[in-house]
Amino acid sequence: MRKITSITAVLVLAAALAGCGGSDGAGATDEVKLAGLWPLSGPNATQGTDVLHGAELAVEIVNNDHPGLDLPLGPGKGLPGLGGAPVKLITGDTQGKPEVGAGEVDRLVTGEKVAAVIGSYQSGVTLTASQRAERLGVPFVNEASSSVALTERGLKWFFRTGPTDETFARSMFDYLKARQAAGDQIRSVGVFHSNDQFGNDGAGVTEKVAAEAGLPVSVNVGFDPTAADLGSQVAQVRSKSPDVLFVLAYTDAAIKLMKTLDQLDYYPPALLAYGTGFADPAFATGLGALADGASTRAAWSGEIAEKRPAAKTVAELFQQRYGAPMTENSARAFTAVLALAQAIDTAKSVEPAKIRDALRGLDIPGDKTIMPWTGIRFDDKGQNTGAAGVVEQMIEGKYRVVFPAELSSVQPIWPMNKAQQ
Amino acid sequence: MTDLLQSVVNGLLIGAVFALVAVGLTLIYGVMDVINFAHGEMVMLGMYTSFFAWSLLGLDPLLSIPLAGVSIALTGALMYFGAVGRVLGRSPLAQVIVTFGLQVFLRGLAQFLWTPNTRTVPRPWAAGLRWEIGPVVIGGPQVIMAVGALLATGAVAYFMNRTRLGGAVRAAGEDPAAASLMGIDPRKMYALCWVIAGLATGVAGALLMNSYSASPTAGVSFVLMAFVVVAFGGFGSITGAALAGLLVGVAQGVVGLYAPSYTLAAALALYLVVVLVRPQGLLGTR
Repeated sequence: MRKITSITAVLVLAAALAGCGGSDGAGATDEVKLAGLWPLSGPNATQGTDVLHGAELAVEIVNNDHPGLDLPLGPGKGLPGLGGAPVKLITGDTQGKPEVGAGEVDRLVTGEKVAAVIGSYQSGVTLTASQRAERLGVPFVNEASSSVALTERGLKWFFRTGPTDETFARSMFDYLKARQAAGDQIRSVGVFHSNDQFGNDGAGVTEKVAAEAGLPVSVNVGFDPTAADLGSQVAQVRSKSPDVLFVLAYTDAAIKLMKTLDQLDYYPPALLAYGTGFADPAFATGLGALADGASTRAAWSGEIAEKRPAAKTVAELFQQRYGAPMTENSARAFTAVLALAQAIDTAKSVEPAKIRDALRGLDIPGDKTIMPWTGIRFDDKGQNTGAAGVVEQMIEGKYRVVFPAELSSVQPIWPMNKAQQ
Repeated sequence: MTDLLQSVVNGLLIGAVFALVAVGLTLIYGVMDVINFAHGEMVMLGMYTSFFAWSLLGLDPLLSIPLAGVSIALTGALMYFGAVGRVLGRSPLAQVIVTFGLQVFLRGLAQFLWTPNTRTVPRPWAAGLRWEIGPVVIGGPQVIMAVGALLATGAVAYFMNRTRLGGAVRAAGEDPAAASLMGIDPRKMYALCWVIAGLATGVAGALLMNSYSASPTAGVSFVLMAFVVVAFGGFGSITGAALAGLLVGVAQGVVGLYAPSYTLAAALALYLVVVLVRPQGLLGTR
């Protein structure tokens, strides 16, 4: 008897839930629903919320009139191609977990009937979530996952506005070439990477681009991301003394590495990181002066705002709205949402296939973005070919752009330990 | 050769910390037969206590050792009386679920209260020290952490093996019924175990802030090693844990030099070998 009661209860509950989904999805044809999937809880919640803020600001700029703003959809309200329809961002929380991300795509596409999905910050979550979107036939625009593999899968509904690790690696090696031209000696490079998907992919890309640049990789150390101590691993790097050390590490390991370099009193002439832990504000606040000298690639920098009026306006709006400075993550999310909105506007439709075709044909020049890019144009793998990175160095507690020269206002400090004296 | 020597020294120093973290775990298991899955979270709370003592009161992590020790000892008592003590004598599964639940709860609470951001004490006093013995460089924080950990581990071992109260705790663990006939209240002894485990993890947390960062998941990498160390040293043996901690540290250090990706695998392989060859661990009795 109890069994029957509980089965009935479950059925009633299921019916009620299904009813909810149905009533929510129907109606509202005038607004364009977009799904935003980010880690809003869990260990990456801080970054996830920052990404969400960037996306929200883009929606705000599309929906409201910003007459002086020189960006697509800045002036005027809503999407003119759809009779001024406003955009609505519906968020899903991936919790930073690949399986939850895929589940949220299901919920938002079938339940909320969103026209397209934006997400999901972490490469691992983007991987599964975009596969689910592919199966459902809905465009998936990625803002900030840099794993090269994402655009090598041959997906038809996947687009990435941001740079890949390979793009970043090329930017960093361009920087090294500029340093060589300036007289710094670079004979070999080393790689120090977290032994996980992010670290291994990045190490592979670094080796590939180093080979193209004709620089030998003298040491390649993959460390266990949960390792309590990095002393032996740094000792191994020291024994090969590379001129440049490329680093892929999350916050904890990034801080541990800088402390270990200090304790062993060994610094390579240059340390170039692939963002991540090095881009976390906790890196600078936690290390203080010990962080000085470290360099990292970045997708965006506050200094770009000094060279581009649109970027300056957007950064100021962001600061006003959220009481925090815009970061590379929020800037990337902002750009992805704006690009997607523009594609929907061009498509003049919320039909997924038409949006996808409009994304394929998208052509936004670099000066119509807030990024240091040549523009937004997708190749047939869905990768934006205009994306690029900058190189920043921590100087007196602040990251300053040191490359490319046209965006920088300071000279790089080489060797890095000169920054700490 | 220099690098090998350096790695062995690094391994010994971090191994001492593994030992201290393992002490509370092995004590609770040895006396109560309860595996405390929330042990790493106690270390994490100790790290936060020390961090906030620095950021709010300006105390160096070395000075906040007593504060962190006492705070986490109280937390341990709270965990025992509030949750673990209530399922004593029930099925082992109930105990596992309770301590596992505490782990999830404490980690979630830390994230809720203090965000997932990584918190570091930028320049602890110990970071200003450095010794160079021949080619080997030894950092101040490493030495301070290791010395502090060995002293604290020694103190717990002394208490358990040499004092009357420690004997009473052991008696309650050996045979609760016989112990209560001798006038020992086993439940009080169990609570004492949690207090001592809290004290040890609190001290460990404050010591760790000399070089590590606090975050809701900061305890994970240490507690994983602590489980290996406890099994390796023999469940319930404090001296065994100390010895095993140092060995695991050195193994990780040396493997880290030649095959850096396999440090965790090395520790777990060591554990597997022990389980196969000597299931009771180095100094275990059962």
